Amino acid sequence: MAETLLHATNIVAGYVKDLPILKKVSIEVKKASLTLIIGPNGAGKSTFIKAIAGVVPVTSGKITLRGQDITSIRPDQMSQHSIAYVPQSDNIFRALTIRQNLELVLRKNRTALDRIDTLFMRFPILKTKQTEKAGTLSGGQRQILAVSMALAAEPMLILMDEPSAGLSPKAAQEVLQLARDLTTEGVTILLVEQNVNQAMRLSDHCYILAEGQNQHDADAAVLLNDPIVGEIYLGGKRMRAE
Amino acid sequence: MMGLVSYLVFFTTIASILAIAVLGLNLQWGNTGLFNGGVVAFFGAGAYGTLLLGGTPQTDHIGGFDLFYPLALIGGAAAAGILAWVVGRLTLHLRHDYLAIATFGVAVTFENVMRNAQGLSGGAKGLRGFNRPLEAWVNDGFIYNVLFLTVVVALLICTYWFLERLICSPYGRQLRAIREDEIAARSLGKNPGAIRLTAFITGSCILGLAGGLYATFYAFVSPQDVLPTLTFQLWAMLIVGGAGNNRGAIFGTFLIWGTWTISGWSLARFAPVEVQLYTGTMQFILIGLVIVGMLLWRPQGLLPERLVVSQSSTKKLN
Amino acid sequence: MIQSLTDGILVGAIVSLGAIGLTMVMHMLRFANFSHAELLSIGAYSALVFDALFSGILPSLANNIGPLSMTWALILSMLCAMGVTGLSAVLINEFVFKRIREKGSELSMVFASFGVAMVIRNVLGLIFGLKSQLYSNDIVFAVLVSTEPQLLIKPDQVFVLLAALLIMLILHFVLSRTTFGYALRAVAENPPLAEVSGIRLSRVIALVWIISGLLAAAAGVFYGLNNHINPVIGRDLVLPIFAATIVGGIGSIYGAVLGGFIVGIAANMALLVLPSGYSPAVPFIIILVLLLVRPHGLFGEAET
Repeated sequence: MAETLLHATNIVAGYVKDLPILKKVSIEVKKASLTLIIGPNGAGKSTFIKAIAGVVPVTSGKITLRGQDITSIRPDQMSQHSIAYVPQSDNIFRALTIRQNLELVLRKNRTALDRIDTLFMRFPILKTKQTEKAGTLSGGQRQILAVSMALAAEPMLILMDEPSAGLSPKAAQEVLQLARDLTTEGVTILLVEQNVNQAMRLSDHCYILAEGQNQHDADAAVLLNDPIVGEIYLGGKRMRAE
Repeated sequence: MMGLVSYLVFFTTIASILAIAVLGLNLQWGNTGLFNGGVVAFFGAGAYGTLLLGGTPQTDHIGGFDLFYPLALIGGAAAAGILAWVVGRLTLHLRHDYLAIATFGVAVTFENVMRNAQGLSGGAKGLRGFNRPLEAWVNDGFIYNVLFLTVVVALLICTYWFLERLICSPYGRQLRAIREDEIAARSLGKNPGAIRLTAFITGSCILGLAGGLYATFYAFVSPQDVLPTLTFQLWAMLIVGGAGNNRGAIFGTFLIWGTWTISGWSLARFAPVEVQLYTGTMQFILIGLVIVGMLLWRPQGLLPERLVVSQSSTKKLN
Repeated sequence: MIQSLTDGILVGAIVSLGAIGLTMVMHMLRFANFSHAELLSIGAYSALVFDALFSGILPSLANNIGPLSMTWALILSMLCAMGVTGLSAVLINEFVFKRIREKGSELSMVFASFGVAMVIRNVLGLIFGLKSQLYSNDIVFAVLVSTEPQLLIKPDQVFVLLAALLIMLILHFVLSRTTFGYALRAVAENPPLAEVSGIRLSRVIALVWIISGLLAAAAGVFYGLNNHINPVIGRDLVLPIFAATIVGGIGSIYGAVLGGFIVGIAANMALLVLPSGYSPAVPFIIILVLLLVRPHGLFGEAET
């Protein structure tokens, strides 16, 4: 049984204190797993990720990472806890070049140059365009840069908010496959997705949220065979897993 | 004793005139959320306008139309209104910090023009040649001042009453709606731009009225009367009293003006001679600290805005 | 006319230095800081104090450098003044603007900045007196660079221009080559993303205030060197500096530099047609024209 890396218990959170979006959500993320969160619009999926990142304040509840309490960390403290966050949109600095974006996130890292070389080897397109401003990249290329920026400091846990949003099906598959590959390398990934079909096939465990609360959770393989889930999220019986 | 009463009459007259100005400012800022960084330009337009229209002919500058006084006063207010229309058309759509800079620039330019345009305004030496209304008929200076005070207070009460009715009216509701959430207001079919402009112009006319009264009282106006520091003092009065609140505006005016005059008087009386030169300097430091202090401690002012219940809507519910 | 152009460039350099700091603060904190120009006064007066101090301790420092009225003591003083002004700027933010922002709105900060400007200006007047002062009582003669057209330039003016350009060059280097510079640009572009990328916003904001203070102090000293030092430096320069930031586009440092030169040149060229009394109004006219024609300035982003 893999150890639990992240444990969020009864999280109540929202942008405004008296208007909580999350109403006691609990989620457990196992080490080196690809854990998926799905649900209808407004369910609080992105808000949950942001609560872990410290972007949205947590009113009550507890979040621990490997036993350490990270409930009230500031977003800029995430890297100290080896967490990285890839926002859904506006996730790269357009005015800076690709290289500058990477140098920025690695600025406190002594092995920055090595890390950048490693990332360039993994993502050659970044090396080719390294002196170009990030704002000139295509959607898929920007997503690759955003994920690289998250990967740069070799985090234990990566939070991803709808990484496939706005991408072509092929690019979306590439990004999600990348997430899967990272887990085989030992990185833990917590993923929010609307693109349920592609994501669920690559995930280990899946949580369903609605109206700011847990609705259901199970291993992805189980859910793929579940008729109700199939109807709501996977487009009906004919889309069930082979 | 007589001196004290006389002084109180003088004090109350000026305070009441400034209170009218602050009421105008409150309409713009407190009720409509417009940042007017150049208040003094509209005050000045009223002052110069009134004196030019109502003054006796002078050799070195235009004006001197010697109009019937109430017309001259209205003319001054109208001049302020016209200036507000021009400035408003050009700047009201701007984001608040740009609006602050632009209106501040208007005030600096106004003072600059008045200082340099000899033919228009008498330049640096100011406008004279104005006979205060009815002064020739009332022989006693003290009685005249009391009469003048009565008129000013009456105008203050009228302005207060007018603005209070305005706030409770449908127009007032529109102002509040725009102040709170412009996008929602627009979606309800209101035209925020036009409504803001009318509020800006109305408030400026009131400022002009105050300016006209001020110039009438002294029978003189010069560029020294329209420095940015007056803008600052009027803002201080509104912030201390309570923005969005007409009673607060009047209260703040009297409080700040009282502080100003008392501090000036005490410094003149008790400070050593070498320091006398710095009376104004110290007063400005005091006012500056008061503004910053209020904003740190109680930004809503001493008399905060009451929730306004519009009369007509409660009637409908019955 | 070329004299006006040259004078305009020289004045423009000073306005540019003042505008860089203001544009950064206005963009980050979204408020029109009417007290920024007073930082120039603080810089000018601090340098005066340090100059007296250093010249007193080590009289040899007080010798003029070549044809300039600039002395080594003054250069050293300027550096110290930059430190003092940077510190003042960050402290004012910490104790006034930041707290008011938390309690009230962005507009409260604008009023407060009026108040702060009043206090600084008058406290300086109280401490140093209301009369104008000079760094050096030597009379420095302008050099007749050419007779047809007539062009007079003081060596000090050339020094100021070169020094200002050097400072801007250093800033450019920092912004384009160092990760600290990237961090500043990141915060300017997208503060929430900067935060999740590991940048501590409060620290960057403090550094921006310090930098704006450093640049303002230099501008103040240069102004004092070429003109005079008095408590109303801030009052006189507030509109030109605002004009420069608006011309360049709020948030754009390169825009502020360009804007400063444009405002300086325009203000001086205007003197060819307008009576000199009207020159304070020229920056305002520039602001008005810009806001009508191109509100986001040359390099600013369109308003959302």
